[in-house]
Parts: sequence; C-alpha cells; structure tokens
Amino acid sequence: MSVDLKQNYFALFGLPVSYTVDRATLDQRYRELQRLVHPDKFASAADQERRIAMQQAAQVNEGYRVLKDDLARARYVLELRGHRFDDERNTHQDPEFLMEQMELREALGDVREAADPFASLSGILEQVDARLAALSAELDAQLVADAAIPEPALMAVQRMQFFRKLAQEAQELEADLEDEAG
Amino acid sequence: MALLQISEPGQSTAPHQHRLAAGIDLGTTNSLVASVRSGQADTLPDAEGQHLLPSVVRYLPTGEHVVGFEAKAAAAQDPLNSIASVKRLMGRGVEDVKTLGAQLPYSFVPSDSGMPRIHTAGGDVSPVEVSAEILNVLRARAELSLGGELTGVVITVPAYFDDAQRQATKDAAKLANLNVLRLLNEPTAAAVAYGLDQKNDGVIAVYDLGGGTFDVSILRLNKGVFEVLATAGDTALGGDDMDRVIAGWIMQQAGIGDDADHKQMRRLLRDACAAKEALTDADSVALNIELMNGSHWEGALTRAQLNELIDPLIAQTLSPCRRALRDAGLKVADISEVVMVGGSTRVPRVRERVGEFFKCSPRVDIDPDKVVAIGAAIQADVLAGNKPDDEMLLLDVIPLSLGIETMGGLIEKIIPRNTTIPVSRAQDFTTFKDGQTAMALHVCQGERELVSDSRSLARFELRGIPPMVAGAARIRVTFQVDADGLLGVTAREETSGVQASIQVKPSYGLSDTEVETMLRDSMTHAHDDMGARRLREQQVEADRVIEALQSALATDGELFLADDERARIEAAAAELDSLRRGDDHRAIKRAIEAVEKASADYVARRMDANIRKAMAGHAVEDFK
Repeated sequence: MSVDLKQNYFALFGLPVSYTVDRATLDQRYRELQRLVHPDKFASAADQERRIAMQQAAQVNEGYRVLKDDLARARYVLELRGHRFDDERNTHQDPEFLMEQMELREALGDVREAADPFASLSGILEQVDARLAALSAELDAQLVADAAIPEPALMAVQRMQFFRKLAQEAQELEADLEDEAG
Repeated sequence: MALLQISEPGQSTAPHQHRLAAGIDLGTTNSLVASVRSGQADTLPDAEGQHLLPSVVRYLPTGEHVVGFEAKAAAAQDPLNSIASVKRLMGRGVEDVKTLGAQLPYSFVPSDSGMPRIHTAGGDVSPVEVSAEILNVLRARAELSLGGELTGVVITVPAYFDDAQRQATKDAAKLANLNVLRLLNEPTAAAVAYGLDQKNDGVIAVYDLGGGTFDVSILRLNKGVFEVLATAGDTALGGDDMDRVIAGWIMQQAGIGDDADHKQMRRLLRDACAAKEALTDADSVALNIELMNGSHWEGALTRAQLNELIDPLIAQTLSPCRRALRDAGLKVADISEVVMVGGSTRVPRVRERVGEFFKCSPRVDIDPDKVVAIGAAIQADVLAGNKPDDEMLLLDVIPLSLGIETMGGLIEKIIPRNTTIPVSRAQDFTTFKDGQTAMALHVCQGERELVSDSRSLARFELRGIPPMVAGAARIRVTFQVDADGLLGVTAREETSGVQASIQVKPSYGLSDTEVETMLRDSMTHAHDDMGARRLREQQVEADRVIEALQSALATDGELFLADDERARIEAAAAELDSLRRGDDHRAIKRAIEAVEKASADYVARRMDANIRKAMAGHAVEDFK
C-alpha cells in the first residue's frame, strides 16, 4: 500500500464518483487534506518528506481544481468511465444551438458600439451563465447511472465548452472596457 | 522527519523546545523584523528604539558599508554610493535596468550572469548582495533582542513577484546566512496579522501599496485556513512614483530643467516625499527648494493639487483590483473587508478611492508599515514548530502564468496564473531529428502571447535522451512550483525511463555557483569557515532525521514494516548516527540519503494511511 499519485480524485477526497458534488463538503475535505499534507506542516522536516509533502499537496490542489469546476469535473467523470475526448472532433450539434452561438458572438462583437456597453455585456454574461447552469443541471441528471456514457451528456459537455469560451471572451472584453474607462 | 510526526492534536511527540524564529519584511523603502514573544507578535527595534530600517546601503571607499538611517541621510550627498530601492532591481536584467535607469541614479556595470551590478566606491555589487546586507542587519538585531541564533525566518515578497525576483530574494537570504522557512506573499502576511486578530470568516481583500510595489489579494478565511483566491499587482508601482510626480511638479513650478544632477534629484525626491507625508494631516504644505545656483524657490502644495497629481497612479492600482476580483469569480459585494497595507496607504486620497471602489471603509487598525512583518512573524513561529497544534494554514497562488516557448516565439501556458501552489504539471515533448540526444526549453512567465512580451525565466537543456528515430522519444517534462512560488523542472524520457539531466541557465538570476562563490567570499571576511558551516548543517539535518525516525518507529513501526525492512532502516540509521559524530559532512550527507532511501516506502505508507484515515472517517461506499 504505497501512495498512489494517480489515485482517483474522488477517492482522494473521500467522495463517490459522481458529477454531482456537494461544494461545501468538497471545500471542507480540501482544507482537511491540505492540513495533513501541505509543505508548511513539514517546514522543519527532512528534504525527502518535504518533497513528498509537496507532491501530495500538488495532487490535492489538482484534484480540488478538477472537482470544483463543472466542466473539468464532467470531463473527468466521463474519462473515468472510459471515454476518450478528442477535442479536434466535434459532436454534431443541432441548428438551434449553433444559431444561438452565432447570435451571442455577434452580440459580443457589437458591445463596443452599444449605447451602454457594460449593460449589454452583463446581459450576455447573464445569458451565458444561465445556459451553463442549465447544462450543469442536465449533467446532474445524465451522469447518475454507472458505467454507461449517454450521448446527450457528451453533447452537454461540448456545449459547456462553447459557453465557457464565450464567457471568457466576454470577461476579457469587460476587463478591457473597465480599464479604458479608468 | 515531520512527515513521520503526524500526531493527533494535543499529542506533541517531543518535549517542546522554543525555537527562535523571525518574520522579515524586506521592503523597497524600509525593512522590518518581527518575532513572536510570549504569544505576542511585535516588530523589534534597534538600540535607538527605531523599528523601521531604511532599505539603504552606503558603500564607502574603505570597503566598509553602512545600512539604514545613516546611509539614508548620506544619500543626498553621495547618491551613487548610497543604494536605495534595490528591491526594484531584484531578479531584473540589464535590459530592465535601462528602463528603470532613469529613475535610479546608479552606475550600472554589466556582468556575466545577466544580472546587473552597481558600481560603488566600495566595489561593484549586485542587488542580491545589497539586499543581503540589509538582511544581515535585521538578523543581528533579532539575534540580539531574542538572545540566540535564529532557527529560521519567513521573508515576505510582493505577491506579484515573478520567479526570478523570488529566487533573487532567496539568494540574498542565503548570502545573509539565513534559513528561509518560507517566502511569504506580503498581502497574505497582512491577512494573517489581521485574521488571527479578528477570527472572522469571510472573503477579504488586501490592498498593499508599498514604496515600490503594489499587490492586491483576495482571500477566503475559514477557521484558520487562509486561501488566496486571486492576486494581481504591479511590481513597479508605489509611493516612490508619487514622489516622482510631485518632484516633477515642483521642477515645473520652480523652473528646474531636466538637466538636474543626481544630488539635486535626490533632494527633490526627499522634499517631495516629505510634502506628501505632511499632507496626510495638513491641507497645504509650504515648499522651500534649494536650487543648484544656491538660491531658493518658495511655493506651496495643497492636498487638492496632490490628489490631482496622484490620481492617475491610484487609478493604475484599481485595474489589478478589478482583475483579481474577476479571477476570483467574485463581485465587490462579496468582499466583507478591505485591509490596507504599506506606508503609501496612509495617503488619504488612496484610502478614499479604495473605499469607493470596494464600497466599504478600509481597515487601518494595524500600523500599515508593520502589519506585513507581524504576519510573517506569526507564520515563522508556526513553521519553526512552536505551535504544533496550530490550525493556521496558508494556501497561496502563483501570480503569473508559466509557459514555454513554442514555434514562432509564441508561449504555451503550462500553469495559468492564480493556480494554487504547490502545483505540478507535466507536458510531453518529442524529438524532431533522428538520433537527437539533447533538447532546449525556454521557460517564460507572464500573461502575454509572445515570448518577447514575457519575462524570460530560464533556459533548460535536457541531455542524455537515448538516440531514437525522430518523434519516437517521449520526454515528459514536469514543471513544479513549490509553496514559495519557485519553479523546478524535471525531465524523463518515458519509453526508456531515462532521467534526462537538466542544465538551468537562469535568465536574470545568479547561478548556484555564483551564490556559492559570494557566500565563500563573505565567509572569508567573517573569519568563518565554509566547511564548518556545511558540517553543522548536515549534523542538524542528521539529528532531525534520526529523532523523527525513532519516534515514528516507536509509534507504528510494527504496523507498517516487515522485520527485514525495519532491520535495513535501523542499520542505515545506526550508520548515520556514528558518522554524525565525525567531521566529514559529505559522508553524513550520504548517510542521510541512505536512511531516506531505506525509509522512503515507510514514509509513503504512513502518509497514505493518514489520508485514508482522515477520509475514511467520512464513510463513503465508493472509498476503496
């Protein structure tokens, strides 16, 4: 029984493998684990222990990063179930979704010309956030059963990726606008 | 072996011995040292009762030097030999210095290491050596007032310091003969000083405007855990810049041309700083400026005028505040408190604008000059092992993204900014020529897409890749950032398992050899002996290893070890114990490594068991 650095993150955090994760529990487990392994707990230890502690703490941090993020966690659960993501290849998406994407992108492109750019941006961000929340709820429902990988879940993950990218671009634009406004 | 010492709260293993530890705030303008005595963290004064040590070192033609107030007082007459604001040069290259050169009136000489040296009457010095002199004075002060040698120190750095700047700070500590327990981010240190005082849980913002650096950190506090959610800043923005715009305004008003010499500039900056400080309480301050021809110019600066002059600088600090909030995924409304840190937050206009931005009135109850050193002292006390049951834990982040250069001078990000440290990420590379046995990697830090817009950290050369056809080798390079925010790189060829050797060429820092040479030189001056120092270090480490191992074996050796394993570990420990009494530091080092090797599995098993035990308490069916 040695330390397995590739140990599944859910097991590391003492949680069942599931897309649905209670955030408060996850946060609490994270703090508990870091209290055990953080290098500061080994400040006067020998080099070897400090190295191991650092690796363990890095592993806990990585696990926390994946498990607390909806998209990363969804991908991780699917990978644990044997799915291999090929980011070059897109799942077929229906025309309504593609249309909405285009409209949102256009709206983002028009923000600078809007009467109130900030209001128009926050409108877009709200819409994107609502979509992301709906997709997360969908994954909660899709990823309950063990082993099987439902096609709609893969599609939801891919949509989530689209919206995330859009949200990121919107935030970058917001940052630029704020800096320009002073 | 503290890993072997994980114990239940209240069950300390060894009889407790108080270890002397200190927190050091190595500032642009002033530095401080603080320590926890009788449970109370306080800054330590010098013999004259002064807590602040001006971060100024004056080099004299005799080869001697003075540090602090005396050096600061001489700065106006002897600007080229009185080195101030050296923090701005830490981890910087010759190119950066050209940009900063207009602001810092020193004669720079290029050096082999890419780190500029400053020409003084007492010889050429590097910024690292200048910083080490400041640290030396603080160490001596702490050892005098605490009555013994320091076991270790926590040194604070701006959260926004990049890897090169952190490494330079650590090198300075090494030169000053200090054992660094941790490089701690200044805003985090301030949060500790406030947090432990208040015992409040929530999300706080720390706004830290010092003499030459600006940081903002957003932290979540939860039962002693300080989790930095995001940090942002500017390592070349501070009170010094306010002084410069005020000096510029005076020059304009007094008709002083751009040809003012070093002495005149130093005097102007000193007067500007004094005016700024006076305007903290007064609405207007009279100015009497001595001109080069000996005549005087008289005028006045009002607070309203000052506010107008510094508003653009304050605006420059608010943009990082917005970025930190956004990176943390939070809104202004989520911030329950704003803590003000750094002497420049005494300026009323700064408090006003920050209060407006965060929509709450900023906390200023701990002296903004001392709060960072106090927080560092609290952390040093915990890390030295004086509070074994302490709940405090600091989780910090990397301030700037780390990446490597790819085709076309572009950067591929490996670790994005605001990732919690320690962190480890691997990336696979392959060879592009048949029989290729070496490979070069260029590591950069920054947010921009282009290598030319980023900080070059180091060039790594991997050697010893087994010759194969192009594209067949799989070289896994692991980037690791430790809890100090310092980068380490390891590489391994995965198909053959060969560990590639890495040669590091820091872009701006000193190489290990250079540090070693400087250390040896400084030792010769101090009539100390390098060998004796190495021996002492290894003996301390040997004691640590043996003591921890014995206590672990007594606790659960039976549980985790087969008889033959235990025999091997004990044999290695016995060998170490006998060599420890000798005077061969290399042999002791080898024996320590042998003990570590023999006990590696044991250590890992204990660690693993601890995690499992902790998590098993949560009764989860999936937990195997």
